[in-house]
Amino acid sequence: MQEKVLSMKQINISFPGVKALQNVDFSLCEGEIHALMGENGAGKSTLIKVLTGVYKADSGEITMKGFEKPLHIKSPQDAQKAGISTVYQEITLCPNLTVAENLFIGRSEEFVVNWKTNNKRADEILKGLSIPAKATQQLSNCSIAAQQMVAIARAVDMECKVLILDEPTSSLDKQEVEKLFTLMRKLKARGVGIVFVTHFLDQVYELCDKITVLRGGELVGEYPIKDLSRVELVAKMMGKELDDLEEIEQEAQALVGKNKEVVLEVKGLASTSGIKPFDFTIHKGEVTGFAGLLGSGRSECVRAIFGADKVVKGNVRVKGEPVHVAAPIKAMKKGIGYLSEDRKGDGIVGDLSVRDNMILALQVMKGFFKPFTKTQAQAFAEEYIKLLGIKTASADTPISSLSGGNQQKVILARWLLTHPDYLILDEPTRGIDIGTKVEIQKLVLKLAAEGMSITFISSEIEEMLRTCSKLIIMRDLYVVGELNGEDLTQTKIMHTIAGGVSQNANQ
Amino acid sequence: MPTNKLKSISKHRLFVPIAFLVFLFFVNMIINPGFLKISMGSDSNGNPVLIGNIVNILTNATELVILAIGMTLVTSSSKGQDISVGATVAIVGGVIMRVLCGMETQPTTLHAPVVVALVLGCLAGIACGMFNGLLVAKFKIQPMVATLILFTAGRSIGSMAMGGLKPKAVSSFGYYGNFIPGFPIPTPILITIVVIIITAIVLKKTNLALYTKSVGINDKAAYLNGLNPNLIKFITFMILGLCVGIAGFVQASRVQTVNPYTIVPSIEMDVILAVALGGNSLGGGKFNMTGSIIGAYTIQTLTSMLTTLNVNTNAVPVFKAVIILVLVIIQTPIVKSFFHEHIQTAKLLKTQRKERA
Amino acid sequence: MFLKKKQTFTDTTFLLTITISLFFIIYLLSIVFLGDKGFGKIQMFFNLFNENAALIVIACGLSVVMITGSIDISVGGSTALICTTCIVGLNKFGLNFTTSLLLALAIGLTFGAIQGFMVAYLEMQPFIVTLAGMFLGRGLVALIEVNQIQVSNPGFEELSGARIMIPFLGDINKKGMFIQSKLEYGVVVAIIIVILMFWFLKKTKLGRNFYAVGGNAQSALMLGINVKRTKFYAHLLCGLLAGIGGFLYLFHTRSGSVQQATGLEMDAIAASIIGGTLLTGGVGNIFGTLFGVLTSGTVLLVVTAIGSQDPWWSQITRAALLCFFIVLQSIICARKK
Repeated sequence: MQEKVLSMKQINISFPGVKALQNVDFSLCEGEIHALMGENGAGKSTLIKVLTGVYKADSGEITMKGFEKPLHIKSPQDAQKAGISTVYQEITLCPNLTVAENLFIGRSEEFVVNWKTNNKRADEILKGLSIPAKATQQLSNCSIAAQQMVAIARAVDMECKVLILDEPTSSLDKQEVEKLFTLMRKLKARGVGIVFVTHFLDQVYELCDKITVLRGGELVGEYPIKDLSRVELVAKMMGKELDDLEEIEQEAQALVGKNKEVVLEVKGLASTSGIKPFDFTIHKGEVTGFAGLLGSGRSECVRAIFGADKVVKGNVRVKGEPVHVAAPIKAMKKGIGYLSEDRKGDGIVGDLSVRDNMILALQVMKGFFKPFTKTQAQAFAEEYIKLLGIKTASADTPISSLSGGNQQKVILARWLLTHPDYLILDEPTRGIDIGTKVEIQKLVLKLAAEGMSITFISSEIEEMLRTCSKLIIMRDLYVVGELNGEDLTQTKIMHTIAGGVSQNANQ
Repeated sequence: MPTNKLKSISKHRLFVPIAFLVFLFFVNMIINPGFLKISMGSDSNGNPVLIGNIVNILTNATELVILAIGMTLVTSSSKGQDISVGATVAIVGGVIMRVLCGMETQPTTLHAPVVVALVLGCLAGIACGMFNGLLVAKFKIQPMVATLILFTAGRSIGSMAMGGLKPKAVSSFGYYGNFIPGFPIPTPILITIVVIIITAIVLKKTNLALYTKSVGINDKAAYLNGLNPNLIKFITFMILGLCVGIAGFVQASRVQTVNPYTIVPSIEMDVILAVALGGNSLGGGKFNMTGSIIGAYTIQTLTSMLTTLNVNTNAVPVFKAVIILVLVIIQTPIVKSFFHEHIQTAKLLKTQRKERA
Repeated sequence: MFLKKKQTFTDTTFLLTITISLFFIIYLLSIVFLGDKGFGKIQMFFNLFNENAALIVIACGLSVVMITGSIDISVGGSTALICTTCIVGLNKFGLNFTTSLLLALAIGLTFGAIQGFMVAYLEMQPFIVTLAGMFLGRGLVALIEVNQIQVSNPGFEELSGARIMIPFLGDINKKGMFIQSKLEYGVVVAIIIVILMFWFLKKTKLGRNFYAVGGNAQSALMLGINVKRTKFYAHLLCGLLAGIGGFLYLFHTRSGSVQQATGLEMDAIAASIIGGTLLTGGVGNIFGTLFGVLTSGTVLLVVTAIGSQDPWWSQITRAALLCFFIVLQSIICARKK
């Protein structure tokens, strides 16, 4: 019934040290909305970048309807010419230009632009797709949703056959999402094939026809929406088959309830990042986790606790004493440490040596006028290089020349050096090799046994199960559940993440 | 092995300024065989003084060295440069002359102790630094645009501070820019040494270097480690302001008078050049103070060489502009990666050849 | 009501309205309160143009680079270089009006092309590049001629001394005689360039690309614009306008020296900023720039008229005006986010 408009076969691409995509197939039909799902590092964005010409695949074939030969896409412009358009989460339009200009700029070869006809055409297009914007309006004066739609309209007007929407709904509210969906359905009816990347499960089940799941750079499978229940989808994204969800031994269980001293208590905390007010309590020697899909708000919660994002509501008590965490330094002085999710962006200080990176947090806490002597700093560095088995030429080596796993260990050492009462580890195992992952998990348990309270966040449920005695489950920026003891099973976690009990698509 | 590697890196970092300095010395010695000679002479009052080209270079580089120290910190933290240093030296000079001479053009005594003038001059410098720092840290204006304001107004403000007069202070004020009677080493050299020692102590005894570098390299990470990036940027501008104060004091003392419109002409260029020549990236981040200081002396050697060659003072910037462009071009990622690739291919070919053999 | 109106306005029009009203308010207030200091005279108004023709053209060039998100502080240096070179050419090498104009354009274009190449293709900081350009320009002046020199070329002087007599407009002097208002030819050139540039930025593809690149270079790239080439053209155009402006400067002053046109870059940047060009790029209007020049010119006249003869006030006032608008912009931008 529907013709295939795009097919990608056996796509392979690797970056130094990583196989980003291995033999991935993907196909899209006309008039189909196809969800592309996967957790961190699954390869979604790499696949899209191959399709839009940002990356060049090492091997594989891309064919499109209307082209006899396989396509060679070398740049975003090539992709556009072939009829593949992308609309990103970050709007890639110029906010200072008018809507009409954004629709037409960069497309004509004429030296003088005829605004009258352009504006008229723009209004027709906007009307045709019922987009709430005027041609002569400045783009930045439109709502985010309208801007998103203008970007889509541009793509459609360039006669795209394949439209890729990369997390377009992350910064929209409910009504705006509805409007966007109406537009998408309209395009679907026109026969445009839409690739929809999102991490909101509800939206997938509301809108899509098919789901392709990637994991770790490999294809998990392509499923019609009706054949894949939410919980199965979550399981597949996390790399589990529902049938063989054996229970992982929880070494952490033993620690629960031994100590009742509350280390940190949070009530109704919300920050500028948009998370909804949440409560959270952690006891001495306890390991808790925040679980949820990417973008569910798990990182935003801990960032609010640490004061990394500006707190707008709620109160925090550390060991019963009320604290106003206005900036990270306040949290640090109260014995909180935070290893951030984005190691490159806000973890490492690239050009500085391993030693300086390690002592940074402790040094800041100690004070401006009390620097460690070189011998002291060296002693710290050597101690932790040995303790954590960090592979580096010397403590003087710039951290940026270390491998990801070793960089992470240096940052971990940075926070261990401050001897925090409560340590937050946000995806400490992301993008590092399996050996190091296991080491870090063991370390977490050891530290907890010594009395440190730890929050551990990971995209991999197994890791969380192995280490945590309590899990806070998040979905769409809300806390939707708290699991501990008996309830701490993979099945239960996935069901909570997916929402509701095990069921098929709630159509 | 690691210490060896470290040595080679530190060697490499200072390689450019030192090599350039040696080269300039070499050229100077060809032009003037007596270049390195230092001898004991006497000034107009019959006091013993050291004379010689090297002494002159060391003396004349004082302002440049002091400003380069401050500029290095500002560059590191704010990823940009302060182009108002010349104009703010004029402000400081104006303040000092006003304090010392009041509204007289030929005062017979100093109106205030020199210490007071020095302190007020430094305060004026710091105030300018705070103004620039506020614009950069608080209002997030690019450093060069922010400092463009004082770059324009500074010399006029200096003139205003002196009430439009051009007073000449009594000769005893000249001790700090020339010689203390009976002591043969020029005072500016001593001042430079003191400033360098203080800088070394500050860098050793405080975390200024670590904080500044952290903010310059990755301010988000610095924030998550408890630092306040804005405050640190602000402080580096204040430190540069203090440097401007000291430099302005020495400059004013040299001829005991200040012409705000011509004092230290285009020194901002020299200072930026010194920082770049010292192996520091003008894009901020890691810095090397020793490099900047050597860079400053190198620039001064270049300037005095051009003067020896009878190049007009106003034409000197041409040579420096060319050097700075070359230095910045070498630093650009595009050129860097171009060379990097070539080196990589060369290495690859080498190893391949070895393997075959 | 106000908010609603603002929404249909583009940023450019919004800032333009502010600037134009500001100019008229200041000028009218000056006429009312300082009428006896010359503001009542019509010739005073024309002199505003006569004195600032070169600046208007140069500021147009600055607006173009600033709209593209770059900057050029070498224009003062290149103006000084153009003046001295052309004078030497006119006096000693037998250049005439046309050939000296070509020489001026060539110097301007060379500066623009080299700086544009470094900024666009080598991705160097525009500030550092053009700072070097500024010192290079002034330094070269000293290499060519150290002393202040005057044009001594009869043909050129005759042209430069010519004035347009404005019909029916003029002032009555103390003796009760009617004196017609005069306008320099340079002003006509400046006005033509303003109109041309307005059309260019508004209606042509390249002009709109300048705005797109300045608004968001990353997006512009995704929209299929050649960002590097656009930046290069912006600098080239700025160089061309600096060439024309430099020539107008010479046409007006007929002299050249090392210290000539000191701070001209600042005045041009200030005029652009006052005229509503955002330092961050993407927003700006040539008519705004024109009124920016006129506003700062008027403010300077007011400062002089108020009675302070001290020479420093003019520079300080300019800087203060610039500071005020820079901070204002920064606050507006912060609010938007």
